[in-house]
Amino acid sequence: MSPHRKTTLSILAVLALAAAAPPALAQKATLSIGLALEPPVLDPTANPAEPIRSITNGNVFEGLSWIDEDGHVQPRLATAWSVSSDGLSYSFQLRDNVRFQDGTPFDCGIVRFSYERAAAADSTNAQKPFFTPIERVDCPSPLEAVIQLKQPVGDLPYELAWPDAAMVAPKTAATNGTHPVGTGPYAFSAWRRGDSVTLVRNDDYWGAKPKIPTVTFRFISDPLAATNALQGGELDAYPSFGSRDLAARFQDGKTFVVTEGVFPIKLLLALNEARKPFDDVRVRRALAYALDRDAILQAGGSEGTVIGSHMSPSDPDYVDLSKRYPYDPERAKALLAEAGVKPGFPISITLPPIEYARKGGELIAAYLEPVGLKVTLVPVEWPQWLGQVYGQGAFDTTVIAHTEPHDLDIYTRPHYYFGYHDAAYDALYRRYAATLDPAESHRLSIALQEKLADDEPNVFLFSAKRLGIVNAKLHGLWRNQPIAAIPLADTYWTP
Amino acid sequence: MSGVLLRRLGGLVGTLFASSLIVFFVLNVLPGDPAAVMLGLGARSEAVAQLHHQLGLDAPILWRYLHWIGGLLSLQLGTSFTYGIPVSQLLADRLQITVPLAGLTLFLSVAIGIPVGAAAAARRGRFSDTAIMGTAQLTKAVPDFWFGMLLILVFSLSLHWFPASGFPGWDGSPLPALRALVLPAAALALPEAASLARFMRSATLTALQQDFVRTARAKGLSRQAALWRHAAPNALIPIVTLIGVQFPLLLTGTIIIENVFGLPGLGRLVLEAINQRDLVVVQDLVVLLVAAVVIVNFAVDVLTTRLDPRLASGDGT
Repeated sequence: MSPHRKTTLSILAVLALAAAAPPALAQKATLSIGLALEPPVLDPTANPAEPIRSITNGNVFEGLSWIDEDGHVQPRLATAWSVSSDGLSYSFQLRDNVRFQDGTPFDCGIVRFSYERAAAADSTNAQKPFFTPIERVDCPSPLEAVIQLKQPVGDLPYELAWPDAAMVAPKTAATNGTHPVGTGPYAFSAWRRGDSVTLVRNDDYWGAKPKIPTVTFRFISDPLAATNALQGGELDAYPSFGSRDLAARFQDGKTFVVTEGVFPIKLLLALNEARKPFDDVRVRRALAYALDRDAILQAGGSEGTVIGSHMSPSDPDYVDLSKRYPYDPERAKALLAEAGVKPGFPISITLPPIEYARKGGELIAAYLEPVGLKVTLVPVEWPQWLGQVYGQGAFDTTVIAHTEPHDLDIYTRPHYYFGYHDAAYDALYRRYAATLDPAESHRLSIALQEKLADDEPNVFLFSAKRLGIVNAKLHGLWRNQPIAAIPLADTYWTP
Repeated sequence: MSGVLLRRLGGLVGTLFASSLIVFFVLNVLPGDPAAVMLGLGARSEAVAQLHHQLGLDAPILWRYLHWIGGLLSLQLGTSFTYGIPVSQLLADRLQITVPLAGLTLFLSVAIGIPVGAAAAARRGRFSDTAIMGTAQLTKAVPDFWFGMLLILVFSLSLHWFPASGFPGWDGSPLPALRALVLPAAALALPEAASLARFMRSATLTALQQDFVRTARAKGLSRQAALWRHAAPNALIPIVTLIGVQFPLLLTGTIIIENVFGLPGLGRLVLEAINQRDLVVVQDLVVLLVAAVVIVNFAVDVLTTRLDPRLASGDGT
């Protein structure tokens, strides 16, 4: 046999051996969901990373209350609640016959333990300020939890619906990072690091049993690799898909459908008020006038809405302030001159490694140059962005998306990265946070948004749509994402 | 063991020590606090400070280096910042993918490159020789990640013979796991096989001109028999050296290919750990990879002295 033929044969042999295995048939008892990032741990009460929430929120863990797909607060482990007239005492009626996945019964003691742990000195809970106003949790009976507050909190049931306030048991709390145990409809099964997390149906769940017994979250960050995995049948859905260009490949709607939903994303050109000249409101307004945000949105090729304050249109309190600073380069030049910013003044825009930032940064620079600023683009990696921009405030301006809902409080934080301080805003926010009256709360939220639009601490750019790629036979997956969660208990397959 | 090998062994230890120093101090001056990276955009500064302390990052840098090196010497790799589990456990999972991938790649590149190169030498100057070497040149020029994407397009998305991404694990039958490794191994192996083939061809041609081949022909062996029995084995010595030289390229290749194919192997871990500022994992991995390269080169030295005893006594070339 000639060596040539031998080679060909050996290649064929390897291929045949591997191809001999039958292609995987569509198993309707499983579901495979694609996520861009892998969670570092699986405990949402210790780390705010979004993939932790996507996997565990409402699947493994539950809180007393819950935020539904439209952003409204619903009962979950509490069946009902009432608040005292001074707003200092909330009474929660707890659901009976609820057990953790390891059999631990759920009662008022669990509520007290969970909130005390979240507020403790060594806690790394991202929403610690939700828990520090809690004076104590009283347990008049095992199924009634009374939360006594140091100061009135208007939106406590909303805050307690966040995954940071999930119910955890004393026995398993310390190991929830690697093996989460909650009360939810799915139990943790396996974590293949770098690849996937698998959950299995919790057969003792108090509510309706999930229809799909085994679900797997797979981590594929590259949109092209994710597209291949979807087309190759290795993924059934990718609920937050990052690339509109690649999504077009699924537009025929045969095997997959492309879904559009809302989520509380706010894209900003964040400005560093701790640095000159951004401490001058005229400069901040000039930057807002200099940008044709409608044109930038179109050029970026993404669907979305121009926003005028720190609120996305998906929020019930949203007020449209997008016309506050119309595109007017002459006005921008005049304001800059008034503030003493000479033509050719150098500013830098720090860009994290996300498509919206890298693309958007170039467009923004193209609008800022004509009004007389000399723009340097500084692309950085995530660790650098988090360390220098977010951690130390070492930047001029940066393009960044804020994705948390109801986060008007970031403008009151003393050491926040963009360095906005305003006593009038702080006072307004305190009234907003303390009010119990929904109409008053709505009115104050609008006042806060208007105050921000007026001061323009950051240039508010857009809110984008949430793009999802979902197998046409899969139903029940959320299109919207009012808070980070991919609840799977209500998903099902049709033939 | 000869003095040459002893000297190499000393160099091995020195290289490892130097690489540990470089990787530790370079990583620790890089911007990006691991605690800030772990907690991300939603974090408050108190929480970051708390985690910074929990990770032990507020200790003096020299103490942290000694602590880490001391751990390595007693085979304690430490705990991953990101995952909070022992690095050894993380490595054990990842090696189950990268070692078979590297093995399969090596097997494919040798199984294809050596016979093709020898065959081209046997047909020297003929059309088939030019065709084989032209193809090899082209294959060598193609970047392996592009090659990987091409393989996915043809064999996964069109023919559905292999999965486009992911790894099913070795828990079940080994066949699905092997299937998942074939395309990435092929993407890594083909450019490498092309190098091997070119090298094998010229090494065989050199050997074919040696006196002992003429002697073999004179005593009545056919051209083919003289090639395979006498010329080819003598061409192996430079080939073994070449495989040793290519080994680091294979390791860096896995970093890219594992990302293209979504394989949770060692290469992907390196990239993730750097992006996550999982310092302990990066430090351990770099030292381990340096050790792997140095040890493979050492093994190659030992092997070539076996293949050519003249090298050990020092009168070889």
